[in-house]
Amino acid sequence: MDKLPDSIKKIFIDKNQDKSLPDNLFAVCPGCQEIVYRPKLEQNLGVCPLCSYHFRISVDEWINFLADADSFTSLFDEIVSVDPLNFPGYKEKLEELYKKGINEGVKTGYVKLDGIKTLIGIMDADFIMGSMGSVVGERITRLFEYGMNENLPVIIICRSGGARMQEGVVSLFQMAKTSAAAKKFSDTGNLYISILTDPTTGGVSASFAFLGDIIIAEPGALIGFAGQRVIEQTIKQKLPEGFQRAEFLEKKGFIDIVCDRRKLRETLVKILEIHRYRR
Amino acid sequence: MKKEKILKQIDKLKSIAISEGIDLSSEINRLRGMLELESDEYKKEKEIEEVFSIVQNSRKIERPKPQDFIKSLIKDFIELKGDRRFANDDAIIGGIGYFDKYPVTAVGIQKGHTLNENITFNFGSPHPEGYRKALRLAFQAEKFSRPILFFVDTPGAYPGIDSEERGMAQAIAENLYYLSDLKTPIISIITGEGGSGGALALGVSDILIMMQNAILSVISPEGCASIIFKDSSKAAAAAVSLKLTSFDLLSLGIVDKVIDEGPGLDVDPQIGYRNLTEQISTSLAYFTSLNSKELIEHRYQKLRKIGFYKDTTGFVKKGLNKSKNFIYELFKF
Repeated sequence: MDKLPDSIKKIFIDKNQDKSLPDNLFAVCPGCQEIVYRPKLEQNLGVCPLCSYHFRISVDEWINFLADADSFTSLFDEIVSVDPLNFPGYKEKLEELYKKGINEGVKTGYVKLDGIKTLIGIMDADFIMGSMGSVVGERITRLFEYGMNENLPVIIICRSGGARMQEGVVSLFQMAKTSAAAKKFSDTGNLYISILTDPTTGGVSASFAFLGDIIIAEPGALIGFAGQRVIEQTIKQKLPEGFQRAEFLEKKGFIDIVCDRRKLRETLVKILEIHRYRR
Repeated sequence: MKKEKILKQIDKLKSIAISEGIDLSSEINRLRGMLELESDEYKKEKEIEEVFSIVQNSRKIERPKPQDFIKSLIKDFIELKGDRRFANDDAIIGGIGYFDKYPVTAVGIQKGHTLNENITFNFGSPHPEGYRKALRLAFQAEKFSRPILFFVDTPGAYPGIDSEERGMAQAIAENLYYLSDLKTPIISIITGEGGSGGALALGVSDILIMMQNAILSVISPEGCASIIFKDSSKAAAAAVSLKLTSFDLLSLGIVDKVIDEGPGLDVDPQIGYRNLTEQISTSLAYFTSLNSKELIEHRYQKLRKIGFYKDTTGFVKKGLNKSKNFIYELFKF
């Protein structure tokens, strides 16, 4: 990358790009610092072809990568956020996001995976860090209730900073609400697969994210309860390398499978089949 | 300060108007307008001051802590330790005893009155094994059909390397999951500081009770101020925005009952204890009369209703106060 003249870098590489897929034609991989070509990256499901770094991908990209073509039907889009506490700046923020066309912290619906019908929830980090407020809580709860009535499996792709502060204790209790729904769903004998992606922390990790019958994580994903900065400030020491990463949690026994995104679809289909969900 | 000055000015103008016989009403009205503006700001400041004093009160070291509640309210208390998996967490005390005539399981988060106590109790911040101990005792209570009393006072679950290694998120999630349909009555009482997920893990219940000067919040006011307002000195203002006082939460429909503390638990806990005892007795009598199916359904619906959103297909859900009152009427507390 250093060999490229600055004038070219400026054109192709967005300096403000974070860990998401780049808008520009080229991107610097946060994993190996090499330059990757966007169409190639897309072909590779947002995984760096050189070092297997998993870029964060959007809800639509998830649907494209995972589901059978044109099989996604969204559910519960009609529920939208309000500002129950009159929290400073929240209403304006919501308006701004809705204007941009982002639907909420989670998109829910059903899809087909290799012909098998399954319910799916995909969290959207572009909506206030994918934080869980009333709407996220309600949609996840309805997803479980829908699954229990229709005997369908539920897959949730988690990616969230935690509870949504702007809704105060109301959002805290979404943790209890979604967990109670997950329990009720589980009692009907249906399968819930939770997929933890970068990052899954706080109130989401401490509720439905860790309640899957099978918990899958993406390589390198940050997963935990407390934020790293908070821990560092509390214990006043640097955190060890790889702390709170998917591989760390797998080693500690909290995750079933760390699964490369390129193998995720076939893994999910196999799991669904083993649980006797049919085409 | 300013307010008094304006009031004096108005009085002065009034007396001049009377003694000199001049019409000064427009001037007086202008001053009155200023007074109203002033009083809005004044009210806001006052509110911030009041709410933050509740936050500070909830954390007072003199305030009785959950272990004191257990000592005072539970007869023949026998402490039971350990999570049977990793260790015993001193931040959580649990055991069995009598409340009135009822054998109960009581679990509380311990907070110290002295520095030494606080070091032992980790300042009331449990590790995962603490929550797992609580869940173990909850299952035991279910087996023997004992009601459960949770006493909650914590700044939050402990954010440390060891906590994460042993799965704090998983431990809290599991508590929420299994407590949601545990087949025995659960009464949860926030006695002091209700710090986020660490408090919620013992807050899933049939009735959520809050002591008058307790708080319950998704994040500490200090944390909220530094994240949202990018200024940790705005903690007091953040506390107001978070709606974390007992009466705020009662009107939001999150908390079911607020217990009058009389002069304040830190001054004299007896009145608070007595009022709480009365409430627990009423609730126990009611919830032990339900069969387990009714109990579980009531608990599920109680959680299910929490949330504020707009359904754009036409039906606007305003909140839960109405539906909540409806449940109350149904069950007649």
